[in-house]
Amino acid sequence: MDRAAVVAHPGATPPIRPNPRSSPPSGRMRRLARALRRHKVIYLLLLPGMLYFLAFHYLPLAGVSIAFMDYSPFLGLSGSTWSGLDNFAKLFGDPEFVSTVRNTLIISFLQIAFAFPAPIVLALLLNSLLSERIKRMVQTVVYLPHFLSWVIVIAVWQQVLGGAGALADLFQQLGLGSVNVMANADTFKILLTSQVIWKDVGWGTIIFFAAIASIPPQLYESAAVDGAGSLRRTWHITLPGILPVMVLLLILKLGDVLSVGFEQILLQQPSVGAEAAQVLDTFVYYRGVLGGDWGIGAAAGLLKGAIGTLMIVAANRIARRAGSEGLF
Amino acid sequence: MTSSTRPAWVEPPNRFVTTIKGILIGLILLVMIYPLAYVILNSFAGPDATTTAGLIPSEWSFSSYSTIFEGGIVLRSLIVSTLITLVGTALSLAVTATLAYGLTKTRQVPGVRAALYLVLLTMIFSAGIIPNYLVVKAFGLLDSYWALIIPVLASAFNVVVMRNFFMQLPRELFEAARMDGAGELSIFIKIVLPLSKAVLAVIGLFYAVSYWNSFFNAMLYLNDSSKWPIQLVLNSYVLQGASMSSMNNTEMYNLPSSQSVQMAVVVMATVPILIVYPFLQKYFTKGVLTGAVKG
Repeated sequence: MDRAAVVAHPGATPPIRPNPRSSPPSGRMRRLARALRRHKVIYLLLLPGMLYFLAFHYLPLAGVSIAFMDYSPFLGLSGSTWSGLDNFAKLFGDPEFVSTVRNTLIISFLQIAFAFPAPIVLALLLNSLLSERIKRMVQTVVYLPHFLSWVIVIAVWQQVLGGAGALADLFQQLGLGSVNVMANADTFKILLTSQVIWKDVGWGTIIFFAAIASIPPQLYESAAVDGAGSLRRTWHITLPGILPVMVLLLILKLGDVLSVGFEQILLQQPSVGAEAAQVLDTFVYYRGVLGGDWGIGAAAGLLKGAIGTLMIVAANRIARRAGSEGLF
Repeated sequence: MTSSTRPAWVEPPNRFVTTIKGILIGLILLVMIYPLAYVILNSFAGPDATTTAGLIPSEWSFSSYSTIFEGGIVLRSLIVSTLITLVGTALSLAVTATLAYGLTKTRQVPGVRAALYLVLLTMIFSAGIIPNYLVVKAFGLLDSYWALIIPVLASAFNVVVMRNFFMQLPRELFEAARMDGAGELSIFIKIVLPLSKAVLAVIGLFYAVSYWNSFFNAMLYLNDSSKWPIQLVLNSYVLQGASMSSMNNTEMYNLPSSQSVQMAVVVMATVPILIVYPFLQKYFTKGVLTGAVKG
């Protein structure tokens, strides 16, 4: 038992062991050594986890420097030469990079316009059901796809909508010719958005249910007494009640505007081609890891990360100015 | 409806609105269930069955599954994924629980507050694919099963959820144990862990699901296709095999490319998730996670 613990719990019994103040004055190193000895067990418990975070989350930050290098894996970080902003210049001169950014932004826009509001609509619909049993049954069904991997989700969609899938069979039986929704580059971005909605619309409702549950029921009751029907109650009570959560999630979404479903798109790029399906993350993978242009890939990755952080800070500031609580 | 709970101030259901809602709910259920049901049922279609959009195959058979279990890459990848999931989940839980407990001592132990901030910060940045790849390579983990576990050993989010749970445990128990002469380690093992079974279970399940579903790390770090987990095999065999006929240079394409075998592979990759799903749902609908995060 030490002094800090007693301070932390004012009501606790005084320590039985001698007060640290009575020990001889010591320097910084001695204090550190004493802390290490006294809290040896806690430090040992912290050790594996902290080593993990330092090695696999902080150490990689050093690798960001290859965005400014003419990096070669054979020479390594210390052997490669610095090249200033060359990689960024090459990146902006690359026509594929321009179409990559355009694809990323279009997909992001579609997701914010359709995949973002979908859980809100579903939560409102389910919330308006009077039968708890039906509500719970629907929830059980719609939460499930969140836990399936993208590989499984796309494989399932392939079996239903692909060239040899159920829809193609149906078209054939009806004499409508062949159809392969999964390999159509023109509609690929709509397909991606539909898949995101299918997989995560249910999962997304959970946070809105929590927000709806925190609205005091008296509000609804007095509104009903004043003659507001269920639509007006939704509009004037439920929606304003969940607005803070909506703003919060939108801020997070805006911070992520440049990362759109990496695995989802990587998996389907072979069937629709890079022109329709190259986004920033897949560009980093194909150009950097597979293509060996490490510096250019890292430059694209760094640009993406930096813009993402800027976006989230800017969105947060706008939300605060608009009177919402914001994220930080 | 027997279980309906309509407060007195809510107007009685309007027939028109109820019908619309019923149709909407029916459509949602159809869109969510049909693809899964179609794949599961048609994985039992015999080799000669004609595929239709219908759910019931014209001929039932276990031949797809016997093809898979005769051996070969699908069976091997299922074993790999199972082992990765078991070992990974155990290690992740151990590291997460010890770290989370250590991080509850921000007031008592010098340096812990700084450690907590270091962990929290990792939630808002990521170095990116290439820097992570370079680190994994530098540690010599390429083409090792450990590359699927060690780089994703703990998530800051799970550490924070568990730490918040530990913080809510009644302090009196710790004080009493300390009076009885228990050290920090025995308090952690004999008091904290037994009281935290619920949060250990739910976080363990989330780790297990993410290990089972792990795809990109395996693709990035494992070149040797004999080490592939199920998600990679599923990708090559079902997705790329179906859309890219050029990819038949590896040994796994000895599998007959019948559609029902493809579906059976999908089902085998999905079954473990379906098994743990009821437990998962029990915990997250109770709000263990959402409640803990707010705290």
